[in-house]
Amino acid sequence: MDLSLSEDQLAVQAAFAEFFDKEATVERVRAAEPLGFDPDLWARLAGTGAIAMGWPEDAGGDGASHLDLVLVAEQYGRRIAPVPFPESVAAGCLLARAGATGLLENIADGRTLPTIALSPPAGGKLRLVPAGAVAELVVAFDGENLFALRRPPGQRPHVPPSPNLGSSPLADWPLDDGERTELASGPRAVQLYADAVADWKLLTAAALGGLRATALELGVSYVKARKAFGVIIGSFQAVQHRLADLVVAGDGAQLLTYEAAWARDTAHPDTAQPDTGQPDAAALASMAFLFNADCAFRTARECLQFHGGYGVTLEYDIQLYFRRAKAWPLALGDPRREYQRLADLAYPEE
Amino acid sequence: MDFKDVDKLAEYRQQAREWVERHVEEDWAEQQRVSGSYHTPELHALLAEQGWLGAGWPAEYGGTDNDPDLAAALFEEIDTAGLHLDGWITTTMICRTILHAGTEEQKRAIVGGALRGKVLIVLGYTEPDSGSDVAAAKTRAERDGQEWLINGQKMFTSTAHMATHVFMLTRSNTEVPKHKGLTTFLVPLDGPGVEIRAIHTLGGQRTNGTFYSDVRVPDSARIGPVDGGWGVMHVALVFERSGASGRRSGPTLAERVAHWARQARRDDGTRVYDDPTVKERLARIAIEAEVSRLLGMRTAWVAASGALPGTEGSAAKLFSAESAQRQHWDLLDILGAEAVLRREAGDAPLDAAVDEAFRRGVVGTIYGGSTEIMREIVAERVLGLPRVRARS
Repeated sequence: MDLSLSEDQLAVQAAFAEFFDKEATVERVRAAEPLGFDPDLWARLAGTGAIAMGWPEDAGGDGASHLDLVLVAEQYGRRIAPVPFPESVAAGCLLARAGATGLLENIADGRTLPTIALSPPAGGKLRLVPAGAVAELVVAFDGENLFALRRPPGQRPHVPPSPNLGSSPLADWPLDDGERTELASGPRAVQLYADAVADWKLLTAAALGGLRATALELGVSYVKARKAFGVIIGSFQAVQHRLADLVVAGDGAQLLTYEAAWARDTAHPDTAQPDTGQPDAAALASMAFLFNADCAFRTARECLQFHGGYGVTLEYDIQLYFRRAKAWPLALGDPRREYQRLADLAYPEE
Repeated sequence: MDFKDVDKLAEYRQQAREWVERHVEEDWAEQQRVSGSYHTPELHALLAEQGWLGAGWPAEYGGTDNDPDLAAALFEEIDTAGLHLDGWITTTMICRTILHAGTEEQKRAIVGGALRGKVLIVLGYTEPDSGSDVAAAKTRAERDGQEWLINGQKMFTSTAHMATHVFMLTRSNTEVPKHKGLTTFLVPLDGPGVEIRAIHTLGGQRTNGTFYSDVRVPDSARIGPVDGGWGVMHVALVFERSGASGRRSGPTLAERVAHWARQARRDDGTRVYDDPTVKERLARIAIEAEVSRLLGMRTAWVAASGALPGTEGSAAKLFSAESAQRQHWDLLDILGAEAVLRREAGDAPLDAAVDEAFRRGVVGTIYGGSTEIMREIVAERVLGLPRVRARS
């Protein structure tokens, strides 16, 4: 057991903290609304190598671990950066694993933005694809075939975006929009897609963890400054105890995310340790996603509440976090469905 | 980062199991359950006689050559067999405190006696009017020449009716702020003026109220400096919160309920497990159990790297105690109408394991620092928010 980050990991964390602090200021986040996409930030993020870092080296990546990706995603979430990081990484890693080298072209440098559809096609389209308004490539699974649709490059957004709670570049993607490439079918498609969705859950968990951390900072600094009845409101026990709960759950959420990343990096069926009771990588990704979603929203909601009337004004930043805390996890649908799926993973039939 | 929870005691498990099979009598666990006294004198004497209590302790104070890892595996195996070692747990906490704060003479006599199984120490902090505010203790200690006269009352002095000594926090000085007028003593429980009355709990435990009238002890019974009891308590409380091992022994309660839910059917013939609300509750329990395990792991990791796990320990205690209770409430609900059956009913689901966990779990958010105190520690020390509790 070692819960410390290595020197290299600390360096990744520090570098991306600095990058997003500088490039994803709250002014830039606000300026990118309502679409929720900043083309310049996207180009710069690609310039850091972050999009392709998780691909194997022979696919043109750095072979970075899931833990490295999680560290980047946390920093991305801290600044609620207006770029689709979890989607692009999950889709790119899937293409690399599927050996679709042709489709990987132009992704690393940001010219082609890939994403993943989190629900199967219905009615001739993919509904509310994350980053669907700005992506040139989407990977989707219809239950049998895993395929990609590629649009020609052009002005982003490619389609009119659907205004939404989280100011995310969501859009429907008609199945006849773009050139279709078959990636896999049958059990291999199931596995590739499940792994990619697990990657998305893990990176979204990390992003929500970062979002949560900043929402908490906003709340704590507000309660330390705002006075009522002659004292700072942070001296009230009703406020302190709720903040303490958020800290503790948040610490647990971060550990869970790191453990889930570690499990995906080290998972080999033959090294599984059934006696320890440690859940497997798929269960941990699901747990990290659900628990971080829960903690992030609870934290943003409580910290908005502590802002009093200012919390509902658009001028205060807490609302930016509050809206995304609820909206980001909803890309996967009702979280309660995910709890159902997790139950089967966490309590396997004997 | 490495989250692998390696079982350091793996190679000792088999031997420990064999020891338990050979020496632990089958009815001891049931005796503890029925009596609510979580100490079995025969077992304690056996552990002492064979040198297991002294394993890993300094030889000059009675430590033995027994392998400390095997001893640790043995204690865990005893726990798995359903036997509590509460008397030994409080005794080791105070022995560690004495090694830290006691005189040479005390280390030899008390620690030595404890490792031989002759001294059994219980905790005397809480009083009728003070629990979390432990420094508000009113039990008086007054100097009388080379002796001290002790008068007052302690609450929840568990195992006192089977112990030889109580480690007691007393008020030795009423002229100074409350933290500065405390002195700790190790008071024999067999002397005149000590009265022990049983108190029974919701969780089936027998604890005690203990009364002290003109109890006379020599100055050599004092642990640490006069009026320096708060410093001694700091050491003792750290030993109280440095946690137990999270090793898993057999299926968890939630896994047992999940297994039950896969077989059991509701009145309408549907399988309990197929109810989405049941699955959701089980999934939430699995997540929180993992978070509790990780927060505990972090505390152990901080402790292993040589630091005192202050706020980490508080965070783990706060989350896991409350989470365990939520789990018990949900698991009872899932079991439905039969959940209320006690073991004596004969046909309780899972032999009333959930009912018993529910009852026992109630105290988890109260003892060892209530969750309200844990929240204040986190708010003050992690977030830097102002202290709410009045200073004396």
